[in-house]
Amino acid sequence: MTATTPTARSLALAVTAEEVLKAPSSATPSGPGRRAGAARPGAALVAKSLLYALLVAIAVVYIFPFLINLATSFKTDAEAASSPLSLLPQTITTAAYERLFLNSDFPVWFKNSFVVTIFVTAGRVFFDSLAGYALARLRYRGRNVVFAALIAIMAVPNVVLLIPKFLVINQLGMYDSYSGMIIPLLADAAGIFIMKNFFESIPASVEEQAKIDGAGVFRTFWSIVLPMARPALITIIILSFQGSWNELSHFIISTQSPDLTTLTKGMASLASGQLSQGSQYPLKLAAAAIMTVPVAVVFFIFQRRILNASDGAVKE
Amino acid sequence: MTALTDRRASARRRSHIAGREGVAGWLFTAPMIVILGLFLVVPVGMALWVSFSDWTGRGSPFSGTVGFVGTDNYSELLNGGGLAERDFGISLRNNGWYVLLVVPLQTALSLFLAVLVNRAVLRGRGFFRTAFYFPSVTSSVAITVLWLFLFGATGAVNKVLSYLGVNGPNWFQDPSGIVHNFFGLFGVTQGPGFLTDNTALGVSLWDWLSGPSVAMSAFVLMAVFTTSGTFMLLFIAALQNLSGETQEAAMMDGANGWQRFFRVTLPQLKPTLFTVLTLGVIGTWQVFDQIYTGTQGGPGKTTVTPAYLSYTSAFNNQQWGQGSAIAFILFVIIVVLTLLQRFILRDKAVSKRRLRAYSLDTKGTGR
Repeated sequence: MTATTPTARSLALAVTAEEVLKAPSSATPSGPGRRAGAARPGAALVAKSLLYALLVAIAVVYIFPFLINLATSFKTDAEAASSPLSLLPQTITTAAYERLFLNSDFPVWFKNSFVVTIFVTAGRVFFDSLAGYALARLRYRGRNVVFAALIAIMAVPNVVLLIPKFLVINQLGMYDSYSGMIIPLLADAAGIFIMKNFFESIPASVEEQAKIDGAGVFRTFWSIVLPMARPALITIIILSFQGSWNELSHFIISTQSPDLTTLTKGMASLASGQLSQGSQYPLKLAAAAIMTVPVAVVFFIFQRRILNASDGAVKE
Repeated sequence: MTALTDRRASARRRSHIAGREGVAGWLFTAPMIVILGLFLVVPVGMALWVSFSDWTGRGSPFSGTVGFVGTDNYSELLNGGGLAERDFGISLRNNGWYVLLVVPLQTALSLFLAVLVNRAVLRGRGFFRTAFYFPSVTSSVAITVLWLFLFGATGAVNKVLSYLGVNGPNWFQDPSGIVHNFFGLFGVTQGPGFLTDNTALGVSLWDWLSGPSVAMSAFVLMAVFTTSGTFMLLFIAALQNLSGETQEAAMMDGANGWQRFFRVTLPQLKPTLFTVLTLGVIGTWQVFDQIYTGTQGGPGKTTVTPAYLSYTSAFNNQQWGQGSAIAFILFVIIVVLTLLQRFILRDKAVSKRRLRAYSLDTKGTGR
């Protein structure tokens, strides 16, 4: 629960996903602006330089913290404290990484985060698209009620559920187990919503043909509709991966065993100094850096989709 | 399914298909109904019961030994006069200032970035978008750890400030409110009597007006840093859907850049603005990860938020009823604020004076 709620993120992605599906939208018109610029080339050049200077300055503010993070993870404790700004360590040391991997629970945390993320992502892709398809296409009694309930669920803030979720997980005997960590996250309302919207946007004629030919509902869904839904599925994969990799509160309330600690939970205890004395910033920042790598990789793989490259060249 | 080889009358087949769809519909939605029902709907019901009970976390909350205490947990928080009320008041104060600062800042910044990046003539747009969006994908825990380092007493931020000749504060150890600090510059360190003597939720009015603590301000900056990219994407998508014709018409009418933005573009962005503000308010009232990782409510309780207080009351102090009650009050706050926002930003009817101007105009052209 960063200030960006998962819903906010999914909404941003859903909107951009829709953008990509549409024909490349015409870039903002620059005709009259250009003409005005042509009349006063000097002024236009100054304005343009100012724009770039401003953008570069802001970009530095956004990128610099991550560079500091990376640089500090290779510094010694003393140097991290004495020169917090420098991007080039005077003595490059990998001590922090060695300690993390050889002398701490870090590998266990990483493994747990990985297992949970894989299962949750796979589960969400399957269950979200199943439910989204049913809500968009299958006509059955009670569909509207189910959909209304889904919307109501989306409105419940996540933090309100901390105590309640613990109560249920505890009652079901799933506390402190992988099942308690994974199963409650297997379906999410926002993802179902995105899939439903997508299925409604594709023409029904293809499936109708398959139905007339006598293909079963699941078969139609699995081998005809689902392959067409690739863009929306990618959105769900990105969201689920980020969401479950970065999840903290759910694991706080569903586990206590050190064997089931995830990266986020382990990092939080490391940050609050429960495991160590002193600041040890190179160690903590090395852990933070490694933790960012998987989401960064997913981000850069799907970057064009996420950022809706409106340059008009995106063809899925 | 044997339907493939089946050669029945088409009418019968159609009803067969409909029946199959009915079963399939429920089968397809069953996993989601079970998961969301079991881990979202049932829990809310259970927690509602707990918030009216004296359950201490031992055994089942439904066992015979757990008593119904009515609205005791709620009244303890809202007018109990004790520590619980004071802590709750403090948490509302802290989070209230946080919302008040983060929501306008992140909205303005994300809109500003979207407008800059959306220029058709801009080179390297992809790079800038990546740079601005990247903080949004990283985990709040990792960013908090980074923030603790950057905003340390001898951290990077204070180093930069020292180059500018400013002596930076010890950010995460500083409980003083920034509004109080501002008044302190003018020698005002004690509020007037009517503010210090009167209290609301166990916190004096003067303390309500203290502003966020310096520590909380660092979290405000962090929230703006991590969320502006996400909301920038929403604004970019909206900007690209605007038609260029209105812009050109405004240019023909001689509107300058500022006028075009505030009178033409911004009104058209109203639905997105509403979405961003609503998501912003909902998100900022739920601060938890940063506090759990970074400050655990300190220094001097100035970063305790309702969400974190709800967690600690239940899991650390075994006050499950009280923790649940805080969660439900928070829920009500969020719902009320969302509805209020909806009311304020609704499409207002055109005032009579304006309407007259319009009707005169159409009459004029009609003749």
